[in-house]
Amino acid sequence: MRKAPRLAGLAPAVLVALAALFWAAGVGAQSEAPPTPVEQILLDNSELIQKSSRRTIGPAIDALASSGLPEAADVLRLWRERELYVRKSDGRFVRAARKGSAYELTNIITGAPMGEASRRDVDQIKPNSGIQAMIGAALVAFQLNDPDPAVRLRALQGIERDPEASHLTGLRAAIGRESDPFVQEAMARAERRLTIQFDEDEAARIAAIMSFAGDLDVSTRATLNPLLATHLAVREKSAPSDANVARTLTPGSDGFSYQAAYEILVNEGLAPKVITAAARDQALIAAIDDGSVAGVKVATLDTREARDAAYLRLADEGKVPHTMTEDEQFALLGNFIFEDVYSQSPAITDATNETIDAINMRVAMYEAADLALDGISLASIYFLAAIGLAITFGVMGVINMAHGEFIMMGAYTGYVIQLFIPDKTLSIIVALPVAFAITFAAGVALERLVIRWLYHRPLETLLATFGVSIALQQLAKNIFGTQARPLTSPDWLGGALVINDALSISYIRIAIFVLSVIFFLVLLFILNKTRLGLEVRSVRQNPRMAAAMGINPDRINMLTFGLGSGIAGIAGVAIGLFAKVTSDLGAGYIVQSFMTVVVGGVGSIFGTLAGATLIGFLQKGIEALNPSNTLAAQTYMIIFIIIFIQFRPKGIFALKGRAAEA
Amino acid sequence: MATPPTNPTMSERGRSLVRHRSFLAQPSTIVVMLLLIAFTVSIVSLSEAAGGDISTSLVKTLGKTMCLCLIAVAMDLVWGYCGILSLGHFAFFGLGGYMVGMWIMYARTEAIVVEAARNAPLPPTPQEIRDAIGTQIFGVVGGSDIPPIWAFAHSLPLQLILVVLVPGLLALVFGWLAFRSRVTGVYLSILTQAMTLALSLYLFQNDSGLRGNNGLSGLQNIPGFEEVPQSVVSVAFFVASAVALGAGYLLAAWIVSGKFGSVIRGIRDDEPRVRFLGYQVEHYKLFVFTLTAIIAGIAGALYYPQAGIVNPAEIAPIASIYLAVWVAIGGRGRLYGAIIGAAFVSLLSTWFTGGRAPDIHLGFYTIQWVDWWQVLLGVAFVLVTLFAPKGIGGLVDLLVRPKRQASAGQPAPREAAE
Amino acid sequence: MKAQFALAAALAATTALAAPAFAQDVECPIKVGVLHSLSGTMAISETTLKDTVLMLIDKQNENGGLLGCQLEAVVVDPASDWPLFAEKARELLTVHDVDVIFGNWTSVSRKSVLPVLEELNGLLFYPVQYEGEESSKNVFYTGAAPNQQAIPAVDYFLEELGVEKFALLGTDYVYPRTTNKILEQYLKDKGIPADDIFVNYTPFGHSDWSKIVSDVVGLGADGKKVGVISTINGDANVGFYKELAASGVSADDIPVVAFSVGEEELSGLDTSNLVGHLAAWNYFQSADTPANEEFIAAWKARMGDDRVTNDPMEAHYIGFNMWVNAVEAAGTTDVDAVEQAMIGQEFPNLTGGTAKMLPNHHLSKPVLIGEITEDGQFDIISQTEEVDGDAWTDFLPESAVLTSDWKDLKCGMYNTETKTCVQIKSNY
Repeated sequence: MRKAPRLAGLAPAVLVALAALFWAAGVGAQSEAPPTPVEQILLDNSELIQKSSRRTIGPAIDALASSGLPEAADVLRLWRERELYVRKSDGRFVRAARKGSAYELTNIITGAPMGEASRRDVDQIKPNSGIQAMIGAALVAFQLNDPDPAVRLRALQGIERDPEASHLTGLRAAIGRESDPFVQEAMARAERRLTIQFDEDEAARIAAIMSFAGDLDVSTRATLNPLLATHLAVREKSAPSDANVARTLTPGSDGFSYQAAYEILVNEGLAPKVITAAARDQALIAAIDDGSVAGVKVATLDTREARDAAYLRLADEGKVPHTMTEDEQFALLGNFIFEDVYSQSPAITDATNETIDAINMRVAMYEAADLALDGISLASIYFLAAIGLAITFGVMGVINMAHGEFIMMGAYTGYVIQLFIPDKTLSIIVALPVAFAITFAAGVALERLVIRWLYHRPLETLLATFGVSIALQQLAKNIFGTQARPLTSPDWLGGALVINDALSISYIRIAIFVLSVIFFLVLLFILNKTRLGLEVRSVRQNPRMAAAMGINPDRINMLTFGLGSGIAGIAGVAIGLFAKVTSDLGAGYIVQSFMTVVVGGVGSIFGTLAGATLIGFLQKGIEALNPSNTLAAQTYMIIFIIIFIQFRPKGIFALKGRAAEA
Repeated sequence: MATPPTNPTMSERGRSLVRHRSFLAQPSTIVVMLLLIAFTVSIVSLSEAAGGDISTSLVKTLGKTMCLCLIAVAMDLVWGYCGILSLGHFAFFGLGGYMVGMWIMYARTEAIVVEAARNAPLPPTPQEIRDAIGTQIFGVVGGSDIPPIWAFAHSLPLQLILVVLVPGLLALVFGWLAFRSRVTGVYLSILTQAMTLALSLYLFQNDSGLRGNNGLSGLQNIPGFEEVPQSVVSVAFFVASAVALGAGYLLAAWIVSGKFGSVIRGIRDDEPRVRFLGYQVEHYKLFVFTLTAIIAGIAGALYYPQAGIVNPAEIAPIASIYLAVWVAIGGRGRLYGAIIGAAFVSLLSTWFTGGRAPDIHLGFYTIQWVDWWQVLLGVAFVLVTLFAPKGIGGLVDLLVRPKRQASAGQPAPREAAE
Repeated sequence: MKAQFALAAALAATTALAAPAFAQDVECPIKVGVLHSLSGTMAISETTLKDTVLMLIDKQNENGGLLGCQLEAVVVDPASDWPLFAEKARELLTVHDVDVIFGNWTSVSRKSVLPVLEELNGLLFYPVQYEGEESSKNVFYTGAAPNQQAIPAVDYFLEELGVEKFALLGTDYVYPRTTNKILEQYLKDKGIPADDIFVNYTPFGHSDWSKIVSDVVGLGADGKKVGVISTINGDANVGFYKELAASGVSADDIPVVAFSVGEEELSGLDTSNLVGHLAAWNYFQSADTPANEEFIAAWKARMGDDRVTNDPMEAHYIGFNMWVNAVEAAGTTDVDAVEQAMIGQEFPNLTGGTAKMLPNHHLSKPVLIGEITEDGQFDIISQTEEVDGDAWTDFLPESAVLTSDWKDLKCGMYNTETKTCVQIKSNY
């Protein structure tokens, strides 16, 4: 279709060319060079180029690509990069550079200056990405011979975005010349894909198909799957068939309803139309005569049966066509066979089926692994969000509803630091300790000012910290506004670790996973191997006894709370990096975090880990079962947790002994 | 700097000495009832419908506030008296609204459809009417079938029964599961919060069959009363809300006055001890939880036709938290405290966020209450929890029994989840 | 009690009857209600619109007001709370006696206000793109109906980008639901099989996009070009685009066209991840016309240089100016007279061309498609002729038969098959 005859664009092109001639005659006084041949091609296709629609642009691209002019590749490239402008006064194509509020124009080939023009006197040519892909495909022939390997690879990308049969010869020639082994390998793959799609020789195609066994690239599957495309065909039972049949469909089963089957017959002209309810009603209305239809009073036509009967009477009177009854429809259907038919030959489809089955098997395996990675990733986010809470809740028995707001404070800290330190890597490195320090201080302040007075009154702690949470959230809104603020990750965290096209994970998620592992280990170390940890554990188990041993429970409580809050701050930076920074960032995690702690078992770091893992995997699992509704996954998960707590009220890792009563 | 909080149980104990009087004879009950009647009568007689100056929108606001007071009374009963800090009672409130809303929407749409079909050349089949209703109600959310949960929506009595039944059953099942496995204290609070979150997320989905995020709207137009002006409808609902509040208050007062009341207070103060005394603690808690859920449902059923729209945002966890804030600020453990708190805070909140509160100019910064009201509320709430656990209701004690307050010994307070 | 009610009803009835008698020509000042959330989740979007209306009112007053009166703005804050919208609308119409209201953003808030408007015969200008399937006598819809945004964007995907497989991702609420339902049907009509349409809904503020993005990438496995139609709302977009960029998906591979991402949403965001992705609107700040230049200059002079303009602002600009012209034409602010005078009003768009108010209370406006650029603006790559807004979509069988005409038929929901008015009031 892209190879549409060039004539299509000719009539307007002639006009433009004429205009250009006049221009050449009239403006000769100016010092500008007349259009070069390649410019002339642009001018000839000016209308198409300015219209810039993928459907009509083909001839213009072809004209340039097949012109054989050495500058054609450059012009195509400029065009693709949106660096071509049209001067409205004479329709000439120019390059333009912004200078103040005006443009400085230069010749597209020579770069010779062509004066200035105001913004409204030139039009930028903006090929959309569909056209860009087409230009890319046209550029392939030039790029395959480019000395720069990067450009040659770019050519392969062009092939992939918009493959054409004409690429095959050029590519095959290029493979032989290629010196770079990496590029050659890529070329070979591209060549085999093109072979599958465009080669005439069936044996070559089959060989190429088989060569892709076990290949996980999406583009490989994208090449193979279309070979298996089928269309529904219908034939009379008696008619012979040599079609390559994928499967035979039985009406009334496999989601292929009788109605659908009959519809196909009607569309094929093999069966008469059935009168629809709407058409029936129309016919009845049309036949209303003095308050009745075919002798039936209109007022009684308020059921389907009554209307059907009235229609039959009309049909009997010969006023409307007869309609087929359901039995007649069944009988008719029995005369036909419905089949899904391949459009490729059996040899090709067999080879493809074999290859693709093997690929799909591996893809399914990797997708399961991908799901597991997603689960781990979500679990580590929940773990990060909840671990601070686990410390304050588990160790001190204090429920801190403002925990989510500490997470938010950490995220905003990261945002503010990025305002001052533009370097993304450095700013994150600075942000982590600063966020810890700020939320540590906030936690200590909260403990000293509020929570200290409410020990042993957990419900009131819960309420008071709610108050703090409400105030902090609104405060954040007043300071930063309600709009999401950016917290940009450094470039080296930007991409994804792509193992293959079915299995990949973004670096930021890996970083969060690593961060949570570090936290897990550090906390484990602090609680089990340090003096502070010992004191924390002793205060948790028996504050009075600990006090009698010379430990200051006040100090320990303060530090523990600070630690828990500080971790929330760091979690905030991490969460902000992969999502968004808003004032209700933390509120979105607070219920989930409590669930994590409660499910895991209060006061145990292992418990939090187990809780986060369970919830993370569960949520991803439910999402995978019901991919079109993420919301439902959350509902079901909460219901699961409510039920889970019925059976293990103290969580997966229940503490034994006195501590459990705290 | 901070005085240790006073002990609410002391005054309770004091009051229990005089509990042989009927709850009807208690001064607080009598005062509340008289005030309620006086307030209702004066508002009705001054309303627009009666030719007075009180605008319909104010009548609606006051009527809604009555409903909020009613759910606050329920909250006080379950938290202030029984010690169960439920952070999910707005789920029941919302469900009540949904149940009555379903009938309003269905009946109103049916009337429209039947009216429209009257002009059609053929009399409509029942299926056509049903389809048209489905398209009308669910067309805006991209559907057209009437989901099965709307099976009773055509009948007002059935939906009214559901107003009581649905929140009641949900509370019964949830409470039974929770209390049976001895989930108490903050665990229970978090669980109730999870319940309301789950319900609101569920209702947010279009597939829930209750129009997702849009919820049910146009509820102020009561089917069959389309011709009655809103000024009259609003007064009717105002009076109904007042009656419901009065009845709810009397019921709650009656419950907490007798032996039952002593037991649930006992559960609040020391649950294991009450259990050792041979009481089926779980049954008591379940009863109170379910009863208050039903009261909340009724309050919601009266609230939303005045608000005009019920949607899942209404039952987001934050709403139930505000409910706890109201009761705490008003003073829990006393029923009139809940009413004071709900009325005071919600009306104040309306005033502050309504843009009518004057801005405070500090020279370098202007405090706009629209922005700062929430901060003030949060801080005030912390302060109340810390320094005035009796809330505004505590002021009444200062007026009525200044001596007892001054002489009370102040042992360390004990709370439910100790 | 009953007697009292009867009395009250009687009184109310007499006032109701007496009311039209007071209907004045003009009473100075003319009051303009502004019903946009100034707090809560929608504040970020709606505050801008409040400022826009105030700017337009000030400008009109500078130019001598309207019918010899000054305009006075009455601003209330419904605080992103849907029931509060109804309450505040009633307050505006009964307590402040405003002549017109400019307001609302979300559909649910509009549905909340509708019954009040129709009861008290108010007039609302609603400036946001919405899902259609509604036409009220008391509302003028100056934002885009689905056929003025979604359908042209899909056409662009089909024809210009050659997309063969569609992922319709949306936030789970009424606008994406209805829009996607219309688009699904439209795509099927265009010959796209049901298997090639992937639909997913996520909650507001969703942040965990890894699974969904990898599902979308996986859609390309059958060799068809995949495109994403995004009705994802607000903050959730940030995480979505971040995840998309992280998986190495560029706009050339899988283009995304968004219906809810505009200049305001992009401002202050790092858009380097988003470059090349698309948005469809009726207006972009980058539109190069003298009128737009003037509008942007006035806005920046008033609000600060870093502020941007967006599509709903243009909708208010057109709506407000049309209302002013209609009031002048009618010589009164009386709602019924203005409503009739509004129909057929024409006013130049900021993007060039002329907007026209149709009898179905929707505008005819051009549809623009823009590519996101590094600086958070849009590079306009396609602009259509004016498209007539369609209240009832032609792509769903149940609404294809419906039409709205407040000029001749005087009905917002007219069944063209049975030739009857289904209902005068709108369904809410």
